[in-house]
Amino acid sequence: MIAALICVISVAAFLQFFVSYCRSILASSKNIALSDRVREVTGIANQEVGADDFNRLLQLLRLCPERGDDQSEIRAVGTYYSLLAVLHRVSLPVAPRFAVWLEQERQSCSYFAAVALDRRISYSRDLFTQQISDRL
Amino acid sequence: MLGPLDYMLWIVGFLVETGVVVYLISRKQAFRYFPIAFYMLCDAFVTCGLYYCVHHFGFDSTTYIYFYYYTDSLLNILMFWVIIKFYQETFAEMGVSKYIRGAAVMLILLTAVFSYAVVHQNRSHLTSRFVVEVGQNFYFVGVVLTYLLWGAILKLHETRTRLIQLVLALGIYFSADACTYALRNLFPGLEANVLRWFPPLVGLWLPLAWAYTFAHVQEDARLEPARLLVRAR
Repeated sequence: MIAALICVISVAAFLQFFVSYCRSILASSKNIALSDRVREVTGIANQEVGADDFNRLLQLLRLCPERGDDQSEIRAVGTYYSLLAVLHRVSLPVAPRFAVWLEQERQSCSYFAAVALDRRISYSRDLFTQQISDRL
Repeated sequence: MLGPLDYMLWIVGFLVETGVVVYLISRKQAFRYFPIAFYMLCDAFVTCGLYYCVHHFGFDSTTYIYFYYYTDSLLNILMFWVIIKFYQETFAEMGVSKYIRGAAVMLILLTAVFSYAVVHQNRSHLTSRFVVEVGQNFYFVGVVLTYLLWGAILKLHETRTRLIQLVLALGIYFSADACTYALRNLFPGLEANVLRWFPPLVGLWLPLAWAYTFAHVQEDARLEPARLLVRAR
């Protein structure tokens, strides 16, 4: 009985800690505006980044040279996004209000990926500029 | 019998734990985060000790099992020290440090007395289901303490991103471990194939998450904690 109670409370606490942890990572990118360059590359015309854009942005991210310092957070957000995607699919017919919240969270994940892509593009350009100046 | 994955988890765990200690020393922050550095160092030593026990006495030996559970309990007590440090950080401006210290000493003494009493009464079957129960209780106390701390962080509008992430990572660690121990108590049959992988993976999570926080989150980074709450909009 006690073990069952501990199990239920621990799962509830785990979910709350995990969601808050992922949101603390996502929060770092929320106030960063996307550059015109990344908008051009990704085809995002307006300010809103779609919730379903995450995987496409992740593919573009993989095409850029790695910065080495963003891998772990991208992986954590990727796991969070996958969890949200599953919950979204399940909750859409059952709990539409919860599904709306999940959609907003997924959108935050996509925005995070767009910001990470922006950083990597800047990094690639810096690398390229450096190589050119070294040759000269 | 241990497989390559077990050894890989040990090696990665050891490297990340020592990595955190080296990083804190190199950044001259080891004193500021002394309980964390000390815990990570002890955890690294325990990892070496576990390897030694497996190598010399075998995975199924009593020595290994005793070593595993005793060091797990000791590390848990050390982890309470880390939580106390976080409490002190959170309540620093309120000047209640000496009360927290007093409460910490009481808590550690109570935990030690409780553990001694339980161990003394169950010497004959320490390696049976009893140890799982004690582990479960220790981790659950950790969950409760971390949850209260998280509540205090939200209530006091604590904005230090580093502290927030360190506490949240700890909360994930404690709740995942408490849940695993509770499941082991509820379904002992799952232990051999499924649940045996959870403690090493969760054990790897904590040094990885803390290493990430120390390396990527600046000391002066700020965050609005209300943003992290799940609320219906």
